[in-house]
Amino acid sequence: MDDKIIEIKNVCKSYSDKPVVKNISLSIRRGEFVTLLGPSGCGKTTTLRMIAGFEQPTSGTILFNGEDITLLPPHKRNINTVFQKYALFPHLNVFGNIAFGLKMKTIPDGEPTVDKRGNRVQKMRHLTKAEIKDKVNAALKMVDLEDYGHRAVNSLSGGQQQRVAIARALVNEPQVLLLDEPLGALDLKMRKDMQLELMQMHSQLGITFVYVTHDQEEALTMSDTIVVMKDGEIQQIGTPTKVYDEPANAFVADFIGESNILSGTMVRDCCVDISGHKFECVDKGFKYNEPIDVIVRPEDINIVPVNDKQCLIEADVLSCVFKGDHYQVTALTHGDERNEIIIHDNVEVNVGDVIGLYIKPFDFHIMHKSRLINEVEGEMHDKNVVSFCGGRFECVSDIPDNAPVRVKVDFDDVELTDDEEDGTIGATIISAIYKGSYWQYIVRTDTYYDFFVDNDYEWSIGDRVGIKIAPDKLQIEEVRREDEE
Amino acid sequence: MKNKPKFKFRLTRRAFAYPYMIFMLLFVVVPLVIILINAFLDDNKQFTFQNFVEFFSDAGGGLTVLGNSLVIGLVTTLICLVIGYPVAYFLAKYHASSRVFVLLFILPMWVNFLIRTLSTKALFMQLNVPLGMGTVLFGMVYNYLPYMILPLHTTLVSIDHSYIEAAEDLGADKMTVFLKTVLPLSLSGIVSGVTMTFIPAISTFAISEILSSSKIFLFGDAINMHFSKTTNSLGVGSVMSLVMLLLVILSNVAVNLTSKDEEVSAL
Repeated sequence: MDDKIIEIKNVCKSYSDKPVVKNISLSIRRGEFVTLLGPSGCGKTTTLRMIAGFEQPTSGTILFNGEDITLLPPHKRNINTVFQKYALFPHLNVFGNIAFGLKMKTIPDGEPTVDKRGNRVQKMRHLTKAEIKDKVNAALKMVDLEDYGHRAVNSLSGGQQQRVAIARALVNEPQVLLLDEPLGALDLKMRKDMQLELMQMHSQLGITFVYVTHDQEEALTMSDTIVVMKDGEIQQIGTPTKVYDEPANAFVADFIGESNILSGTMVRDCCVDISGHKFECVDKGFKYNEPIDVIVRPEDINIVPVNDKQCLIEADVLSCVFKGDHYQVTALTHGDERNEIIIHDNVEVNVGDVIGLYIKPFDFHIMHKSRLINEVEGEMHDKNVVSFCGGRFECVSDIPDNAPVRVKVDFDDVELTDDEEDGTIGATIISAIYKGSYWQYIVRTDTYYDFFVDNDYEWSIGDRVGIKIAPDKLQIEEVRREDEE
Repeated sequence: MKNKPKFKFRLTRRAFAYPYMIFMLLFVVVPLVIILINAFLDDNKQFTFQNFVEFFSDAGGGLTVLGNSLVIGLVTTLICLVIGYPVAYFLAKYHASSRVFVLLFILPMWVNFLIRTLSTKALFMQLNVPLGMGTVLFGMVYNYLPYMILPLHTTLVSIDHSYIEAAEDLGADKMTVFLKTVLPLSLSGIVSGVTMTFIPAISTFAISEILSSSKIFLFGDAINMHFSKTTNSLGVGSVMSLVMLLLVILSNVAVNLTSKDEEVSAL
């Protein structure tokens, strides 16, 4: 299959030097339902807007049917958009809104003729009123709003406005339909109905849908392909099943579905060590004693009696909540390092019970850690003072002044303070993942360096914190400037 | 005796409005009533319809002056709209540095309009421009342009950018986007700009007098004349004031009707 309708090649986008989309490459096949999924601010909407033509990439190209459309204005693209807040024209009624695009459309009129110079000339004409009326009525019928043509758009409910917005885009017969969080403003039940209807429309019309959402369930339900994005970068591209079952990293696992994310080490092939317990798994090819992330889905953990021979590890029940089709159990594992685990099972347990846990070997998902240590370029400022990320940190080092250095800090040696002023530099929490017994944060400094921080306390994404590092925890190496010699 | 006075003054929030209400009563309501009474009185303070007959039969040329005023008001408003709309549009479109620019366009409003008009006249005299219709129109446009730009700018700035994107997305080029979305969506701004220019333009009195050396006579000037001591025709002057008031009310009703439509569609 090489029928690519849209190809995005090495596209970057920054707003006044702040990168929003970082070197994205993606191909979309004809007729595919692709979902761009990610938390707010991950660049998914910007990517969609670049496909629509409202934004132009800072670098990179976008191909449409093999043609470069990177700089083509939106009105010349055979692509239509359903906007987040519908953007229905308030001065037109439903009919006028849907007919808006048709009134400007030109179609070939008759057979091409040959003019005096021998060039083939194709006469174009606008659609007639009757043609427009037929098309609008057909579109209204498709979205079940047959008798609503004369209504003012503001007299419609949210769901009906949504349908008009979809009809307004589809009536132009685009090759690609872009949908920017179209169901975000609807209530849950309406959203479920619209999901099904959109899927039906997709399979009936056979055109390509590119869908943007932050709702992982929506993405899993509707898409052929999910593109998980974070922080302007693509984390994983795959089918819903693949993205759910084999998340590429801890972020994807955390974002899609619920999961237990724990730190561990690979003892040898098919054996992982988590907090001193060894478990059988099916992953091979990791370095021996490589630190890794282990992901276990809550529904893949089975509760068994403690004396059962299947029992891999014992745990204390902290809570048990009925969720309709399962119980959600939170349990604290036994051992030197205790981890908090979430379990979905259909047996009821009591708080304080000791239970056994069993996990099948192939339900341990092992993945490389995206980073093992924080490493940042800096400069010696003075004896025992190093400056990096816009701050001056005390350190223990006798490297001469002004020498360029590389600074390394372990995840758990970075201290976070509630008050930004208490830290050496200020930073913003941009990601938080619970790892059984502690939180792993990604903290972005004002100079756009991301520190990975392991910490027991809880902050929310977007919080401002201060960063402090003890002098003896800074590992400093001098960087030799090879190009100077 | 336990009988206390029933009315006891309490300092509620409503009390703060009393001074203004008394002011309004004395200086707006009472004068209006006096004008209304005067319109029906002749010189001997007898009830009469003569004042109306005199005005509407155009005996003193009052109706002609009203016609002239309306024409000049319309022309002024039209010129203000033609000049003001593009200014407001570009100020709204490039709003990064526009606050300073908006200020520049509003700045003339900070100078008293008599001083402004007199200095305009001085300028024209200096440049040997003959005073007449041209200079009057210039003065009017110069004075009322900010009243056109402000409401237009406010409306244009508040137009959601997604409407423009939606139009582009549906195949509209820049010109079509403007004609089919921006222009209709700024209709309420046009209406309030037009009223804010038109109403003061038809009732103005000093500008035409100063900038035409009293050659051109507008409705405001006519009312002014009727109330001045020399002519002493309070009755006709009152009728003209009532006609003016009626025009203002009608314009406001028109504005309210369009802005109500706007509100409904904004829901």
